Amino acid sequence: MDPSLQTYSAHFTPVAAIVGGLLVGIASSALFLLNGRVCGISGIAGGLMTAPAVDRPWRVAFLAGLLSGGFVLARLDRDLFVFASEQSVGVATIAGVLVGFGTRMANGCTSGHGLCGVALGARRSIVATAVFVATGMATVFVTKHLAGVP
Amino acid sequence: MKNLVVAYVCGVLFAVGLAVSGMTHPAKIIAFLDLGHWDPSLALVMGSGLAINALAFRFALRRPHPVWAKRFSLPAATPIDRSLVAGAALFGVGWGLGGYCPGPGLTSVPSGAPSAVAFVAAMLAAMVVYALLSRRRTSRGRRSSEGVTAPGDPQQAHEPFEPF
Repeated sequence: MDPSLQTYSAHFTPVAAIVGGLLVGIASSALFLLNGRVCGISGIAGGLMTAPAVDRPWRVAFLAGLLSGGFVLARLDRDLFVFASEQSVGVATIAGVLVGFGTRMANGCTSGHGLCGVALGARRSIVATAVFVATGMATVFVTKHLAGVP
Repeated sequence: MKNLVVAYVCGVLFAVGLAVSGMTHPAKIIAFLDLGHWDPSLALVMGSGLAINALAFRFALRRPHPVWAKRFSLPAATPIDRSLVAGAALFGVGWGLGGYCPGPGLTSVPSGAPSAVAFVAAMLAAMVVYALLSRRRTSRGRRSSEGVTAPGDPQQAHEPFEPF
């Protein structure tokens, strides 16, 4: 890993984290309060392939919002996203397969289980969140500290 | 139509929240998962998001129905099964490897960041494969004997589902 990025990564940014977290919370709360939908990104994306046709337009609209938001943000400040060799495409591909498969199998990811399910006090979500944080930490421990792979 | 506008605006807001908090930087995610050089930023993102959601969801559920929808689409209460634990475990490994989860990955795609594009392409492909596999199992009529139909997916409480 590029040493400058490592410095960045170790940099604790509490104010940005809280502000961003509040925005994410407002977005998921509004989706639930107004539309009655749980804001789980893996479920919204995965549902495009499995949900009945009437249940798809809102998913497309949400994902269009996510993508167009990302588009404008990237134009405003490219540094919000990562272009350096921090992440190899090969590793990212393997990661994508695991995340795609795992989140569908567990019916949720960081947002659906972590942000929404836990907020609802769902036991399944609390367990899922504990498990993915634990295996995530174990993975980073192995790749960074044992294998020395970035 | 109203629902689509809400969904779109929520998507935009969600993207802004993720980017502002630095969650579109895989290094920041990995630093949260790295207890050796722990960066607690992600915990604060989750914490503040959770605080809002815990209040708003509780408030919302006191209503008979959502403001602009007939009902709340919530997952059926299902037991904690192998599929939940194994799936979350796989997801965590991928999360720790790539530093992306689905939201930040998708938000990063329009930037053209190669790792984000590769991540999302692989993720969507895996979701398609999973959907095909579970459809095949369902159509073969091999429903789970305990009658588990929709373990937990908020969006798919009505979808038959076969845990692996």
